[in-house]
Amino acid sequence: MALQGIEKRFSGVTVLEGVDLALYPGRVKALAGENGAGKSTLMKVLSGVHQADAGEIWLRGDKVRFTTPRQAMDAGIAIIHQELNLVGGLSAGENIFLGREPRTRLGTVDWARLYRQAGELLARLKQHIDPRTPVAGLSIGQQQMVEIARALSLDAEIIIMDEPTDALTDIETDILEQVVAALREEGKSLVMITHRLPEIFRMCDSVAVLRDGQLVHDGPTTALSENDLIRKMVGRELADRYPYEPPTLGEEMINVDRLSAPGVAEVSFSARAGEVLGFGGLMGAGRTEMAQAICGDVPIKGGEVRIRQASVRFASPQEALRAGLVYVPEDRKQAGLLLEHSVADNMSLAALPAFCGPLGLINAGRERAAVAHYIEAFRIKLQDMHQPIDTLSGGNQQKVSLAKALMTQPDIVILDEPTRGVDVGAKREIYLLINELKRQGKCVLLISSEMPELLGLSDRIMVLANGRISGEFTREDATQETIMTAAAHSEAATETVTP
Amino acid sequence: MNTLTMNKAATRLLIDNKAFLALALLVIVSAALSDNFLTVDNILNVLRQSSINAIIAMGVTFVILTAGIDLSVGAVLALTGAFAGAMTASGLTPWVGVPGTVAAGACLGAISGAFVAFGRIQAFIVTLVAMTILRGAALVFTDGRPISIGTTPAADLFWQLGGGYWLGVPIPIYLMFFVFVLCWGVLHHTRFGRHVYAVGGGEKVARLSGINVARIKISVYAISGACAALASVVLTARLGSAQPTAGTGYELDAIAAVVIGGTSLMGGRGRIFGTLVGALVIGVLNNALNIMGVSSYFQMIAKGAVILLAVLLDSRSTSS
Repeated sequence: MALQGIEKRFSGVTVLEGVDLALYPGRVKALAGENGAGKSTLMKVLSGVHQADAGEIWLRGDKVRFTTPRQAMDAGIAIIHQELNLVGGLSAGENIFLGREPRTRLGTVDWARLYRQAGELLARLKQHIDPRTPVAGLSIGQQQMVEIARALSLDAEIIIMDEPTDALTDIETDILEQVVAALREEGKSLVMITHRLPEIFRMCDSVAVLRDGQLVHDGPTTALSENDLIRKMVGRELADRYPYEPPTLGEEMINVDRLSAPGVAEVSFSARAGEVLGFGGLMGAGRTEMAQAICGDVPIKGGEVRIRQASVRFASPQEALRAGLVYVPEDRKQAGLLLEHSVADNMSLAALPAFCGPLGLINAGRERAAVAHYIEAFRIKLQDMHQPIDTLSGGNQQKVSLAKALMTQPDIVILDEPTRGVDVGAKREIYLLINELKRQGKCVLLISSEMPELLGLSDRIMVLANGRISGEFTREDATQETIMTAAAHSEAATETVTP
Repeated sequence: MNTLTMNKAATRLLIDNKAFLALALLVIVSAALSDNFLTVDNILNVLRQSSINAIIAMGVTFVILTAGIDLSVGAVLALTGAFAGAMTASGLTPWVGVPGTVAAGACLGAISGAFVAFGRIQAFIVTLVAMTILRGAALVFTDGRPISIGTTPAADLFWQLGGGYWLGVPIPIYLMFFVFVLCWGVLHHTRFGRHVYAVGGGEKVARLSGINVARIKISVYAISGACAALASVVLTARLGSAQPTAGTGYELDAIAAVVIGGTSLMGGRGRIFGTLVGALVIGVLNNALNIMGVSSYFQMIAKGAVILLAVLLDSRSTSS
């Protein structure tokens, strides 16, 4: 398959310009680039969602033109979106054959054949999932496998995966890696869009880099280092990916003593003003649950939380906010922001009391001034503070999330995966903001699954496994290995304890 | 990028004022088809006829903005109308009776709201049950018979609220605009209003943003009940008696006005101005068909078609 000189404009804005790309059977191509570089648009052109304004698509020597996703699908191109397109209430098998269910001679669905074939497809992916399980009961990783199985059932020759590993645990990522390798063996042609650089080098043969709608690099992964790749993506030198600053420690801000909550068991730690306390661990280790319990979103079952030495027990996030503790959730779309609402409304939502006069009347001038201040200070790229927030890139959305939290003038900030779905350039800006918080004497609890980020920013690191603290490291002692060992070892230990 | 924003702004303007365009179109067509339509008397007539539905619909807008629904407003109107009628008949001055009626409506709404917020039952079911129970209560309270407001001085004053004029304009029209200004101010210029939108936009987000979601939910149903009660005052005053069967089907007219006004049933998106215009669209339509001598049977079909058209327009403009 080959793309030649693809151009795409939206309302006069050029999103893709003269992009050439070739895909070969048995090869895995990574598509890298910052958010807004045009990766998704390119893949949408390839899969028939959008039509190119100029340029040609060649498939096995024939010139083709897809006007609907269906045509691309029939031509053997399958795309697996970041937001999985599965019907939660239906079984894995039903999802795989949705709309193409095998029929009996009477015209009814041939369930036996459907589940047999679905089972075979899943087995090909080395998945031990019963095809009769409802999809909603599967993990994100397993759901992804169901999507891949669907692509295989279509006899797709070209499989495009958009951010496939973003929501996967390390173990699931390993499985995906094996599946990708197996599909390559079968002679499929794969495209992976990803922000996670190590995966590009582990899973892909070649990497194409898009920047501002133009192809700036296309070549084998072996010819590049990770830093080369970043340089190509952002088009400038990133002096230091993790701009660490030593802390100026103040008084103890938060002390958590044997905290227990759903998914959390006897977690204890304390953190001071001006400190970044990192929380590492595998996904599902209980870090998000811990944060939710501390901020009053989920009731505490046992233990004590003290803020500035005073014992607190928040019944709701509202009480936590009043006490100066704010939680920035990992799930921006579900828990962090109101996507249809404007940037300004989102940013000021938690801090409205500060802008309100008697009768709860909002002082619009002061509100706008505060929003404008944060847009400038955080360098949030937008056209208008009243535009809907889902028109911003992931990085800018995350900055709005942070601004929203900081507008409440908190002393303690819990950041849950603050750079998920954020491109390299915006990541660094968020790191600088975290440093700024530190300088202002805030106490930052940083939950991150990105090991280098955790190591690069934290003053101290706690590791959780199965809801318990399984290790505590100073910045000097912490390495990827020690943290991984703590995260995984304790899991093995508890497995032997619990029958 | 500039043409993009301009296109977007233009589209947004159209979407925001779609109901208004529909109203203008309807007025032009009606005026062309009938000489009797565009007269001062008839316009005041349309506004007065629309006022009851408009007042109810503006209350329901709050509920729908939180992604809820209120089917009980017609029954609340019947029961609170009976309260108002009975209070006035007993000689109680409307200066006490009317606020009392509105407070009663707010309480009835708040009870539904509490079940929605704490009982974790769907609003549709809660308010459907409330509709049945309150309609029954209205029949029990009135013993199935109308309650005349009587001829006391209190009743005369009360009657003004439905049938009176000030500066040549019917009092219900003032009440409608008073409610509009109040609702507009609350929704667009207070913290509470922002919170209503936030709860409808995403409950989880609202909760983590420090919003007391239960309090907001109870409040919006209370507002809806209060508005229905105020509408009951207008209706009872105008008729001179409270009817236990009053307000049957009003909930659907109110929801139709909200939807024509562009408020999303999914919550979080919509404006009170749209609801006012939506109520006027229904009012103008009824009035125009009346003047043209269209039978009331056909009127129902026409009304349904217009609502369908409005919703169709809305879904197309938001998906594109």
